[in-house]
Amino acid sequence: MSLTATLDQEMRSPFPGGAPDQFTTEGLPTARASQDYENATFMGWRRENGRVGVRNHVIILPLDDLSNAACEAVANNVKGTMALPHAYGRLQFGEDLELHFRTLIGIGSNPNVAAVVVIGIEDGWTGRVVDGIRKTGKPVVGYGIEGHGDIATIAKASYAAKRFLQWATELPREECPISDLWVSTKCGESDTTTGLASCPTVGNMYDKLIPHGIYGVFGETSEITGAEHLCKERAASPEIADKWYKMWKSYQDDVIEQFKTDDLSDSQPTKGNIAGGLTTIEEKALGNLEKIGRDCRYIDALEPAEAPAKGPGLYYMDTSSAAAECVTLMAAAGYAVHTFPTGQGNVIGNPIVPVIKISGNPKTIRTMGEHIDVDVSGVLRRDMTLDQAGDALIDMVVRTANGRLTAAESLGHREFSLTKLYRSA
Amino acid sequence: MSQPQLLVHDAKDTVGVVVVEDLKAGTDMLCVVTHDNSDFRLKAEQDIPIGHKVALRDIKSGDTIWKYGQDIGKAVADIRKGFHVHTQNVKTKRW
Repeated sequence: MSLTATLDQEMRSPFPGGAPDQFTTEGLPTARASQDYENATFMGWRRENGRVGVRNHVIILPLDDLSNAACEAVANNVKGTMALPHAYGRLQFGEDLELHFRTLIGIGSNPNVAAVVVIGIEDGWTGRVVDGIRKTGKPVVGYGIEGHGDIATIAKASYAAKRFLQWATELPREECPISDLWVSTKCGESDTTTGLASCPTVGNMYDKLIPHGIYGVFGETSEITGAEHLCKERAASPEIADKWYKMWKSYQDDVIEQFKTDDLSDSQPTKGNIAGGLTTIEEKALGNLEKIGRDCRYIDALEPAEAPAKGPGLYYMDTSSAAAECVTLMAAAGYAVHTFPTGQGNVIGNPIVPVIKISGNPKTIRTMGEHIDVDVSGVLRRDMTLDQAGDALIDMVVRTANGRLTAAESLGHREFSLTKLYRSA
Repeated sequence: MSQPQLLVHDAKDTVGVVVVEDLKAGTDMLCVVTHDNSDFRLKAEQDIPIGHKVALRDIKSGDTIWKYGQDIGKAVADIRKGFHVHTQNVKTKRW
């Protein structure tokens, strides 16, 4: 259906624009990567370190909460750059501080980012983030506010941001093999339909694309509980299985047992999960694990925000099951596209990584379809197979890589949530 | 195949998932087992929302609930075939 015909039809409904638009505009090339996975390509930006990005952001990155205002002022001065305000970065120490640095350096190093301006309250830690990002070879500069004040810092940073932006906007895209794609996954506002349709759709995509050399990652440590015996079996070796199991067990012992006040039935499953029909954590975990398909084996268990280092394949990452925290950690590890199954309708996005939403719940498609990129409700009606659903997702991943904005990007969702391990000093 | 009202993951399961909106008590549901595409029929004894579970047989308090061919928790009340299965009659075995 043409774009105008679709809009005409939608405008007659009480909620115009509510339907997920999977149509391709007539006259434009239609990405059909699913017809030939092996030779599929996309148009990306190959960065200085060889990694390929699907977006070309110039970001203004605060080291700490105090520097958010200056970063937002710079992004306001230089249209087309983006500030990434967040809540942390002061008086952290030990493993928690290392995670903070790893996350910020990882976000700046992500291939979806062309260049970075870092602003911090002082020069020392600001310089550490700049030095970390500089290892990629991309343009990066940092400014400390102390001794200068916000206004002078904003002026200097704005000049740099403008030069970076104009440079970045002249960078050409080039045709890249699908093996250059790093695709992460995490589901949210899950219900029983995610285990039936949208999660196995992602699993089908991984089963088809991992053998062709892409990088994948799944996580959500708390949400494996009830399916840990199955997850452990999916490790590529007994050593990796042990490494994974220690991560999962340490979360149970150090966090759940230490802080729980009940059976977590108000939090895991969430209120939204329960409204959608999920009753227990075991049921939720089994649906969650459908995202890794039938054939994939994970080849390493990563710390939060740790970049994968064992080559192409599927990885596990120790993350929270909270959507924005998890997607942020995966973006910091270098993943460039995110696939996000949802049942009840999670609206999450990420500032630098396109988040593709997949839903099989016909009620969610009907009531909040503007948030959904791939409608797989046909799987529940039994008029769409999982094989077809996986192909539809692969096509949308490639179209998104080629530049199509996701629902979340179109609606301005830029949730940037840093994971904090314990209280600051 | 006509559109099913209930999907069941595995032949071993004791619950299935309603996949249509506004399912009314008394509906003679077409139920499909996704693992092998086999089907059977079951009468819904209550109005049950989309996404919520239905008992495929009589379940006794204390019984394990099976879905995906796996243990998803235990019944904390007797549940009769065709009735709604959720937090009022099933709890986690964890945490």
